[in-house]
Amino acid sequence: MNAAPISQVYAIPHALPLDSGQVLVRAAIAYETYGTLAPDASNAVLVCHALTGDQYLASPHPITGKPGWWERMVGPGKPIDTNRHFVICANVIGSCMGSSGPASIAPDGEPYAMRFPVITIRDMVRGIVALLDGLGIAKLHAVVGGSMGGMQALSLAANWPERAARVLVIASTARHSAQNIAFHEVGRQAIMADPAWAEGNYYASDAKPDNGLAVARMAAHITYLSEAGLTEKFGRRLQDREAKGFGFDAEFQVESYLRYQGSGFTRRFDANSYLYITRAMDYFDIAEEHGGRLANAFAGTQARFCIVSFDTDWLYPTAESRHVVHALNAAGAKVSFVELSAPHGHDSFLLEHDQLDRVVKGFVE
Amino acid sequence: MTPPTSQLRPDLAAIAAHVAPGSRVLDIGCGDGALMAELEAVSGCDARGMELDGALVERCVSRGLSVVQGDANLDLANYPDKAFDYAILSQTLQTATRPDLILDELLRVGRRAFVSFPNFAHWRTRAALMFGGRMPVTRALPVSWYETENIHHVTVEDFRELARMKGATIERAWFFANEKQIGAPAANWRAEFAVFELSR
Repeated sequence: MNAAPISQVYAIPHALPLDSGQVLVRAAIAYETYGTLAPDASNAVLVCHALTGDQYLASPHPITGKPGWWERMVGPGKPIDTNRHFVICANVIGSCMGSSGPASIAPDGEPYAMRFPVITIRDMVRGIVALLDGLGIAKLHAVVGGSMGGMQALSLAANWPERAARVLVIASTARHSAQNIAFHEVGRQAIMADPAWAEGNYYASDAKPDNGLAVARMAAHITYLSEAGLTEKFGRRLQDREAKGFGFDAEFQVESYLRYQGSGFTRRFDANSYLYITRAMDYFDIAEEHGGRLANAFAGTQARFCIVSFDTDWLYPTAESRHVVHALNAAGAKVSFVELSAPHGHDSFLLEHDQLDRVVKGFVE
Repeated sequence: MTPPTSQLRPDLAAIAAHVAPGSRVLDIGCGDGALMAELEAVSGCDARGMELDGALVERCVSRGLSVVQGDANLDLANYPDKAFDYAILSQTLQTATRPDLILDELLRVGRRAFVSFPNFAHWRTRAALMFGGRMPVTRALPVSWYETENIHHVTVEDFRELARMKGATIERAWFFANEKQIGAPAANWRAEFAVFELSR
């Protein structure tokens, strides 16, 4: 991680006020764009990334070399068509791919580490709105996001209602549940229990809290899949062996898979960023920001909304999407909602799904 | 009489022709969105839909309509009072768990309501039951008793009585047989389908 980002970086010219009351000075937002901005700036589509995502939406990741995380959805002739739209994806603040985060250098010349202010989803969106200002985009044609990206889309719609004409929220929620917080706390504790974490001051050290971060990723990864999906993919099959070894190697295929996911993740992600971003998600509750009533958050909105859930997603289940839809109905907003069927749980939004493609295309067009 | 409107089903065409232009409309059980599309394109309405079948919702959203996948038995409760100028329930009443409660909700969320349904007292239905001794399978009710979604069959007279019990005013009514509009006399015998416009 911390390879030189190849993205464009926007330096926010003003101090960024945060929900905590602190301010972030000289904040940087790294971003990628695809397509061409129309002269009247009317064709901009903002795609917001998820917890461990980044701005490499439809272009290769500079560290892993893998294709962009939503390349099947964004590109020329794709559902989000870069021949028509100017698509922006920005790394959220708190992350580690070029935007300001705990690994960034503080004004005193040292990495922030745990001195980085605790941020919220709304703070992430504040950073992105500053970027939109810098790009001269007053109103987005659409804002689109899955999972934590959907939270940002909802936060933008609730707090900057004039900034987006269409709001597409996939496999997401308007609040983090106790179960969501609980899983995140497991991940954070795994990182903080790693001796190499060293209270977050590991940037100058050769030892990084990779073991803790890998365990955090392994636990979280389970929540992104479905039981049926895991059973289908791995069952109880053993990895590279004929019989049980009566030991603690990764004997089952599912163990081997999780270990691979965990170690791969540590190569591209900063452990402190994982702490900060999961905390931001746990704080997320749009109703709380708006007098305890979710419908108030969207009162008077002129935007069109589309909410999509997946029937096997137990991380942000359909009930959470319905909760948002009911609030939007109560607010009189133009809203569509569909629960799509897919076997792969929460991660379904990233995978092949013809119906999702058609919904996204029809709504964003 | 109702002027013919594009390719809509006759009951939907009757509704489309009598929704005031520019109205806010909720179409409950909107199917593939044919009526909504017509109301938006021709009458400049702000149309919203509710549909139980996810595949149909996907088709609506793909064509740019605002449709929520939901169950009218449960999800109407979330709309504020008189949120719409019209609430429309086309050929869905007879599938409701409690048609009487749905009618209450229609008249709560809409200033006016359109309700269309197949008339179980049509002479073909009566004849099928009387002479065949079996649950009717007719043009208007083409599905066998064991797989039909129509769990609360209703007649024109039943509906008039329900409206009266609910304190609803029948503003207008249209009746159809053989895909054509017919007059009101003896509609309970002659109509395959009925459309009522209600207020309360």
